[in-house]
Amino acid sequence: MTFHGKPGTSPLQRRWRRTIGLALVTIAGLAVFALVVPLFVGPLNALRFAGFPLGYYMAAQGSLIAFLALTVWFIRRQERLDRDAGVAEPEPLDAGDELR
Amino acid sequence: MRKDKLASRAGQLYGTVAGLLAAFIAGLVVLEQIGVPQQVLGYLFVAATFVLYAGIGIASRTVHVTDYYVAGRQVPGVFNGMATAADWLSGASFIGLAGTLYMLGFDGLAYLLGWTGGFVLVAVLIAPYLRKFGAFTLPDFLAVRFGGHAARLTGVVVLFACSFTYVVAQLYATGLIASRFLGISFETGVYVGLAIVLVCSLLGGMRSITWTQVAQYLVLIVAFMLPVAILSAQHFGMPLAQFAYGAALEQIAALEQQMLASGLADPDTLVRHLVPGEALDPLNFAALVVCLIVGTASLPHLLMRFLTTSSVRDARRSAGWTLFFVLLLYATVPAYAAFAKLEVYQNVVGASLQALPDWIYTYGRLGLVEICGAAASSADAVRAACAAVPESAGVLRLSDLAIDRDVIVLALPEIAGLPYVIAVLVAAGGLAATLSTANGLLLAIANALGHDVYYRTLDSRAPASRRLLVARLLLLAAAAVAAIVTASRPADILSMVAWAFSLAASGFFPALVLGIWWKRCTAAGAVCGMIAGFGLTLAYLLLTRYGGMGEWYGIQNTSAAIFGVPAGFAVAILVSLVTRAPSRHVQAMVEEIRKPAGKPVMIDGAP
Repeated sequence: MTFHGKPGTSPLQRRWRRTIGLALVTIAGLAVFALVVPLFVGPLNALRFAGFPLGYYMAAQGSLIAFLALTVWFIRRQERLDRDAGVAEPEPLDAGDELR
Repeated sequence: MRKDKLASRAGQLYGTVAGLLAAFIAGLVVLEQIGVPQQVLGYLFVAATFVLYAGIGIASRTVHVTDYYVAGRQVPGVFNGMATAADWLSGASFIGLAGTLYMLGFDGLAYLLGWTGGFVLVAVLIAPYLRKFGAFTLPDFLAVRFGGHAARLTGVVVLFACSFTYVVAQLYATGLIASRFLGISFETGVYVGLAIVLVCSLLGGMRSITWTQVAQYLVLIVAFMLPVAILSAQHFGMPLAQFAYGAALEQIAALEQQMLASGLADPDTLVRHLVPGEALDPLNFAALVVCLIVGTASLPHLLMRFLTTSSVRDARRSAGWTLFFVLLLYATVPAYAAFAKLEVYQNVVGASLQALPDWIYTYGRLGLVEICGAAASSADAVRAACAAVPESAGVLRLSDLAIDRDVIVLALPEIAGLPYVIAVLVAAGGLAATLSTANGLLLAIANALGHDVYYRTLDSRAPASRRLLVARLLLLAAAAVAAIVTASRPADILSMVAWAFSLAASGFFPALVLGIWWKRCTAAGAVCGMIAGFGLTLAYLLLTRYGGMGEWYGIQNTSAAIFGVPAGFAVAILVSLVTRAPSRHVQAMVEEIRKPAGKPVMIDGAP
């Protein structure tokens, strides 16, 4: 195996543990913006953001943009994990700059 | 591997399509100015988009099995994102959702949160792993991971249950739009729409559908953004409606207070636009968000789109692109609701019955606007109806007005006084949304029957040519059955669509997630989990709706998966723990799909 020797710490296993951690963090982020933020709409509506009552804005647009940012962050982290563990696919020659 | 010319030149091709679309809209505006009748403009526009879709469908026809089922696995991430967005955005999102936000106020935003948040789960939990697996269909994955026909056929049943009502609803919406804007009958609209769907999918399966859906996305997003941008520029001096409607929200809140003070609105029936809990209590709001998120990550017609990308990396990225492309539409939807509500509160409620705006009568004649309990077909009809209501005093009160939710998007061009061409554009966009979704759904159904039932279960030695022939015949058959069901105008179909999410979530989500993320999950566990989750959800739906059963904890039956998904997980885990661990071969396979690099588990759809 690898020079790490003892079972449970090969780069592949470490990558998978980190993948699970990353997935949990990302899903927790999803839960915060989808479920927790809407609980505070009443108080947030007292604040103004770009001409919007903040509570309504968050559920109508803010959380949605947060989902996108979260996904882009997740994709970059996961791709780095895959590259570092040596399990990433070879880069295509004519593509691959999307979302980077 | 054969190189797909279409895939490598897609950017250039669709740039041209977008340019032609813009030129065509400009041309029609000119034609309208010189007095070409409206009906002709409508036909021209819709015919042009249909020719575009059919042309792409024919140009991307194929004789290869991999092309037919997964577009040759060469779709670039961005374009798969666009196609998936078109697949995803149905008639309900395009036409119905703004109306839902109008009716439910803040609580309607649960749909926005659920239908976008779901793509985070798709990217994190499912799409990359399914892509690495290399299956042709969702039941295909279940069968190979959980070895055997039981998992496959359970998957086919769940797939059929959640896809069929959904496709009927799409065709229903197609018939409605065609009959309103083209003046043809509802049934003819259904059959014409279906014919276009078939031209796009019969010749090239997934390959044609993918490239048609990219064009359909372009049409629908332009159609959705343009009218509201013009309206916003007129009223708020800023074409970016997504940022301008904040001002409208403030005015709405102020008008609500005024209407309550003057007695035009009744505090019991007024749904305040910015206040949560007016239509759904917090528990139901959260349950709906969760069910829609999990349902999004389980719908087979959506997930199979991620099998078409050229790599695992692209599958993950294309989930991000899909989120971006659906976000463009969903971030615009609340602007429609706000502008329409502002118009109604400013110019309709409190107006004298003699001085209502014209669009009220236009849609009243179609039976979509009712005043004082009768269709608002003319000023006389309104006066007569309101004379019968004792407390009415010649002034329209909020409670006298009932607007069908489909009106919000369809009437906005007219409310804003835009040229008729824009209204036609909205109709064409609505058709693009319904047809693209119907396309994906019909293909999902036909592939499950052709690939999973016929080829895998009944005749596993069929040559490629016969498999494709059977797949196409089954596509025709599925389309025909869907058309017949739609033409009979089933009453409950629209409410059943909301059920599709709960059924898909409880039937597929536990088995998919455990199959990928838990090596110990056994075949018996997965099948029992699917049956338990799906069964519980279905029972809750049927018993609360038809059986007179009370709701558990007051949870509405559209969120039935809030019970079904945990039940599915619990049963799958318990049964897995008491049955023998999966074979070393299966465990190695699960290890394999967790690594992006290397060969897929199934090659050309064979394990």
